[in-house]
Amino acid sequence: MSTPTPTTERETLSSRPGGRHDLPLTHPTLPRFAPALVGVMAVAAALLVGLLLGWGLALMTLLAVLVYAVALPLWARIVEGTRAAKDRLVTTLVWSAFVLAMLPLVTLMFEVISKGAKMLTAQFFTYSMRNVIGEGGGIYHAIMGTLLITLFAALISVPVGIMAAVYLVEYGQGKRMARVITFLVDVMTGIPSIVAGLFAYALFVIFFGPGVRMGFGGSIALSVLMIPIVVRSAEEMLKLVPDELREASYALGVPKWRTVVKVVLPTSLAGIVTGVMLAVARVAGETAPLLIIAGDTDSVNFNVFSERMATLPVFIYYSFTQPGVPPEFGEDRAWGAALVLIVIVMSLNLVARAVSKLFSPKTGR
Amino acid sequence: MTVTEAAPKPPAPVRRTGDVVFSGLARAAGITILVALAGVAVFLTIEGFPAVTAPASAMGGKSGIVLYVWPLLFGTLLAALLAMIIATPLAIGVALVISHFAPRKLSRTLGYLIDLLAAVPSVVYGLWGINFLAPRMVGLYEWLEENLGFLPFFTGPASSTGRTILTASLVLAVMALPIITAITREIFAQTPVLHQEAALALGATRWEMIRMTVFPYGRSGMVSATMLGLGRALGETMAVAMVLSATGVISFNLISSTNPSTIAANIALQFGEASGLKVNVLIFSGLVLFVVTFIVNFLGRAIAGRGYKGESR
Repeated sequence: MSTPTPTTERETLSSRPGGRHDLPLTHPTLPRFAPALVGVMAVAAALLVGLLLGWGLALMTLLAVLVYAVALPLWARIVEGTRAAKDRLVTTLVWSAFVLAMLPLVTLMFEVISKGAKMLTAQFFTYSMRNVIGEGGGIYHAIMGTLLITLFAALISVPVGIMAAVYLVEYGQGKRMARVITFLVDVMTGIPSIVAGLFAYALFVIFFGPGVRMGFGGSIALSVLMIPIVVRSAEEMLKLVPDELREASYALGVPKWRTVVKVVLPTSLAGIVTGVMLAVARVAGETAPLLIIAGDTDSVNFNVFSERMATLPVFIYYSFTQPGVPPEFGEDRAWGAALVLIVIVMSLNLVARAVSKLFSPKTGR
Repeated sequence: MTVTEAAPKPPAPVRRTGDVVFSGLARAAGITILVALAGVAVFLTIEGFPAVTAPASAMGGKSGIVLYVWPLLFGTLLAALLAMIIATPLAIGVALVISHFAPRKLSRTLGYLIDLLAAVPSVVYGLWGINFLAPRMVGLYEWLEENLGFLPFFTGPASSTGRTILTASLVLAVMALPIITAITREIFAQTPVLHQEAALALGATRWEMIRMTVFPYGRSGMVSATMLGLGRALGETMAVAMVLSATGVISFNLISSTNPSTIAANIALQFGEASGLKVNVLIFSGLVLFVVTFIVNFLGRAIAGRGYKGESR
């Protein structure tokens, strides 16, 4: 690792008026309240211009940020010099990037909650869409479908994922195959979800003939997406288990497999649970593979091994793109289902993080 | 781990049945992953192969599979590249906020917020894109057509619904951003503290410190993060299928109502009603998408792997 020599800095120093010999030990800085002051003035200026010209909120915000990003570095340049001005400019830019990245999340949550909240009635959760035209109906069938398909996906991927991680950490050290698996698992995390759906279809077509639709196919497709996530997180967690624990167990004469089952896995349990929950959250919201292999239906179907099965994401997609006549009711149901799906996925995420925070053994960091 | 291996082995190691079974299971799980990945390629090839000789009727009137896939591939690449141009600088900015600019207590929370952005299901992004983003982009597109219409990208006529490839790319950018951020912020946080403190001790400002220590250290990480984000953007289906009003043309015009489609969106839109050879054609296009994303991800991971080796002490 080579650190670049700070030539640029030396040049700027010596090229300053007065040269490097009479450099003062302190240099003038802006007062601490300078950013706040410039911020207030930028907002005021943007409001003034915006109200005069009748602009919308978005344009006014943009102007305020622009004024701030020009004014503060300019002031800093006059008082503190070019380098500090550049620093302040970058700080402004970086923070604006963050706020800009947050905008979609905020507007999306606002949109989904404001449009979906009114749909959350008892009927919405307990009715299916069977024989429903126009108003009414619910997402019971879709919730059940999502639960079942995700459950079966988890039943496939959790054992495979954890055992593969055990192989990589406990048995595969330094072996060629372990290196290949690690690399391919990484590559596998990038498989497009729709390709996983096509894979499940291409696999099932051979056994069940063309046009096959089946909930279990969705589970297969989802586990293709889920296994690499489980492997990655479980591998990280198993690596964190201190070797002293393993060696202590060996020293007591415990066989290796019992060491793994009784010592290594329980120690890293919290982390593994977190990883599994995050993986479930990730695949519960997948639409494309289920659209292809699980299809959509209006009725409740509890059998994952036969016939089409509705799921929340696919329900949202079809309710919105083919809402029926009149379209309002279908679209309303789409927003309601979107809110339910987001709540499920986000609470899985938050609970997963809480689990890892509360139960994980304290590490060095 | 290396210590236990280096230790001299006892003369006759005891082979316990439990050990043999357990290590066999673990091995089998590892092999299952290899088989699954190979299976994806094999089954897509088997089911996609008949498309090579498929008649024009199965391909929407196109006379060959290449002519069918190429416009879709073009749309896929265009949308993904646009998304990366938008997302990469933003994502690096966000990662810097979390790793270096935000107060330490706040940065954890900010990281969670970005992770939540990744947790939103793609179909909900589709709803948001079509309902919230697209109508709000119309004004901007009209302005672009009027003032920058001389550029080939903005010749217009501006779409009145806002459901253009640029809108789709914006949604893709939002979806790729958390991935790029997650990887870059981890690399940034790993920059040796001594390097950073040395830079600060020489009188560098925070930005100069970042440019002199954090960026050189994290360069390969940033490249590979971008590649992985690109892989996500290439394969993203639902958001594009819902937001884009696609006509399947090849065009660099970003703001009109006639847009190229993408492979993934095309499969999602056509698969429900497809039957016979049409299915094979769609699966073939899926195979092309698989190969493209595989290469991109492969390169991304290879660069990341090489970077870690080179940069480690």
